[in-house]
Amino acid sequence: MTLDPLKDTITRRNLLKTGALVGCSVAAQPLLTTVAFAEAPGDARLVVVILRGALDGLDMVRPVGDPDFAARRKQTLEGAPAIPLTGIFALHPDLADLMPLWHAGELGFVHAVSTPYRDKRSHFDGQDILEAGTGLDVPDRAVKDGWLNRLLQTMPRAGSETAFAVGHDEMKVIMGRAAYDSWAPDARIGLSAHSERLLEAMYHDDPLFRDAATQGMVLTHEIARQQKAAAAMGQGMAAGEMMGQAMAASAPAHKGPMKPDPVAQFAASRLTGTTRIATFSITGWDSHANQRGVLGREFARLANTILTLRHGLGPVWKKTTLIAMTEFGRTAWENGSGGTDHGTGGAMILAGGAIRGGKVYGRWPGLSETALFERRDLMPTADVRSYAAWTMRRLYGVDKGVLERTIFPGLDMGSDPGILL
Amino acid sequence: MPSSSSIAAIRFGAGLSPASRAPVDAAALMAELSAPDHVARDFPVAASADIWDLARQIYAQGKAMRANTPGAAEAHRALQQEAYATASAGLVSLLLRGQAAPTGFRERLQDFWSDHFTVVAANAALYALPTAMAEEAIRPNIATTFPQMLRAVITHPAMLVYLNQNTSFGPNSPAGKRQHKGLNENLGREVLELHTLGVGAAYTQTDVRQMAFLLTGLTVRPDTGFTFAPGMVEPMTEVVLGHRYGGPPREKLSQIYLALDEIALRPETAQHVCTKLATYFVADQPDKGLVAAMVAAYRAGDGALLPVYRAMLDHPAARAPLGAKVRRPFDFVMASVRALQPPAATLKALDRMQVNRLFAGPMANMGQAFQRAAGPNGWPEAAAAWIQPQFLAARIQWAMAAPVALHPDLPDPRDFVQVALAEAASPATRQAAMRAESRREGIGLILASNDFNRR
Repeated sequence: MTLDPLKDTITRRNLLKTGALVGCSVAAQPLLTTVAFAEAPGDARLVVVILRGALDGLDMVRPVGDPDFAARRKQTLEGAPAIPLTGIFALHPDLADLMPLWHAGELGFVHAVSTPYRDKRSHFDGQDILEAGTGLDVPDRAVKDGWLNRLLQTMPRAGSETAFAVGHDEMKVIMGRAAYDSWAPDARIGLSAHSERLLEAMYHDDPLFRDAATQGMVLTHEIARQQKAAAAMGQGMAAGEMMGQAMAASAPAHKGPMKPDPVAQFAASRLTGTTRIATFSITGWDSHANQRGVLGREFARLANTILTLRHGLGPVWKKTTLIAMTEFGRTAWENGSGGTDHGTGGAMILAGGAIRGGKVYGRWPGLSETALFERRDLMPTADVRSYAAWTMRRLYGVDKGVLERTIFPGLDMGSDPGILL
Repeated sequence: MPSSSSIAAIRFGAGLSPASRAPVDAAALMAELSAPDHVARDFPVAASADIWDLARQIYAQGKAMRANTPGAAEAHRALQQEAYATASAGLVSLLLRGQAAPTGFRERLQDFWSDHFTVVAANAALYALPTAMAEEAIRPNIATTFPQMLRAVITHPAMLVYLNQNTSFGPNSPAGKRQHKGLNENLGREVLELHTLGVGAAYTQTDVRQMAFLLTGLTVRPDTGFTFAPGMVEPMTEVVLGHRYGGPPREKLSQIYLALDEIALRPETAQHVCTKLATYFVADQPDKGLVAAMVAAYRAGDGALLPVYRAMLDHPAARAPLGAKVRRPFDFVMASVRALQPPAATLKALDRMQVNRLFAGPMANMGQAFQRAAGPNGWPEAAAAWIQPQFLAARIQWAMAAPVALHPDLPDPRDFVQVALAEAASPATRQAAMRAESRREGIGLILASNDFNRR
């Protein structure tokens, strides 16, 4: 029997989660290796990106051919012209780096979508509903887990490494009772073996701390090994370099080509291994003022994230579907400060080699005043959850009934929009 | 079983301290709020006016730099360094106050209210501004009334800029018509949703919009700071939650104050604010009786805050066993510093890169980038939100690395476990302290323990 260090650590993690083996050293239980190793559910990769702050879909995919658009927007459109996509739509100029993907059929959009959330336009309720995947008929807090977690619950062979939350943001979309991994590219636990054992003993009876620390230690060891292997091949990944740069990191955007996005890089490194589902968020979309500048920076970041993923995934990109969703859209009209306020209908981003891109999906409601929701926001013509549901149905064969009753309770998926190849 | 004094010090104060051994009870906690604020005097922070002043110079040099003026780039860099240093010094002062305060109840309350009224600096030149807002609008009102604090915060430049009120014009106001500018709903919405009623309350999009119209005129001028500009006021009578606020634009500021006062005293606001306080201090799902007692005190005292705190401290739920909450990263770092008691001079002498390396960077990795919450709703409360593998890893890393950098002479871990946790230390934590291979690791394990990270 050969020892696979990766499987070995994962085995240990699974066992430690039951609390049975706390205190044993990493390589102490090689014989159990093959028993506890969960097989990943198929080969398809799913990346779910939560865009926090309400992305203005009307600015990202501009309906320049809509007769009412010009009257609604002015300051936010200053600068470089939008890039023609298809039909009435054109892409925000700061997403130009993604055009090769569009032409390759690896980038698409869905317009005029939203969750069932209406009226109060609170970011925080909006995000909670987006991540819970519920409708409005579900009583407050009745559904405590996120819809990605409920997807995992339907995959009997999923292990915690099947799904990964990456970065420093809270990801309610994946929180819940099914196990998943969670890590940031710059994290590590550097303890002596002795201190590690003492720490495990302290946390032994406190599952919250015990599970988190066990995962952390396993990942620290595993990533250290990978980095050593990568360095041996002369392509060392820079980790830990962000430590202590939190304040400097938010300095004005630097000029010139951006460095690969560390979160996307880390997600790619997991997805090329045993992980099948990754989720992270990109914040900063709340463009109440100077939207041209705010979204310019955000779109550059978003493009960099997607391109970093594609590069890091290599051949796996072909099997990958990325969906990026936001809590709601923004007002059709600009406000008084060159920005937009909280709205309703928004847009969803699709990317990856597994999608049928080069298209803007959805039914366009128009922007005349009477076509707007409450005469102010883009009217949602479809539930954003139905696109996520069809993605899961096509990628993992999840039963339609399970999707409509359990993962997205109360959703009517409608007919297949055909967003995947 | 921890003594009631340890429970009070850990739950409501900044934690246990070897320098402050007096028993902690409700009376001691309350006394701190009425006593002179010595720690603020001893560890000052920069004032808004000075921060704006520096920011104006930074913007001017930035402009000169873009025009290729010789020397401007160097001057810009030096000024920007000064702004970073001001923000770093502010963080150090807050930690030193937590270290030196009799119980630290005021520091905890400041942390709570700063989160309730979250602001984030608009740019690098203004990084120190959130601390200044806490100092000028929150700290002096911790022991006054909620309406008074609300008014001070809503008219503070940091809040007006953060929620874009400074660029909200009445579309039919003289300035709005002249400059073709209009309304921005951001502050109007968050005042109702986050600061007062809470999102569950019965208000509508129309109330949000009316509130935003009512707030027009509140703005910021580079030279005078907060300014009421009648020329930006929408000429109308607003109806917010059924109450009418009218009159000529010139007199609208008093109507804004009236509206804020009335909203602050509504029962929904009492419920929202008291629930948040109880959640922050006592439990993620606080006892309903505890909240009810606090709400009753709030309403009886027209939003006076001391009776609300007192009702919280006197309720049996305040003496429940420790451990229901997880210390958030700022709180965790402050409590660690308080238990360690490094020389104040060591902390004051840190330059901004050292502050980043020792505090700001690690706090970001623990999930709480200092004064950089993702949105105006601030930071989460739930324990599970903070004890994710990557965040816990950062706590452990910091616990292992920071004490030795802060303290020239680390205490014996067997003593330190008593200092930091007293009877709240479990046998496993005591054993780790005893069996650690070095002082550094022993102290690190105590600070990394679940006992110390919970409260």
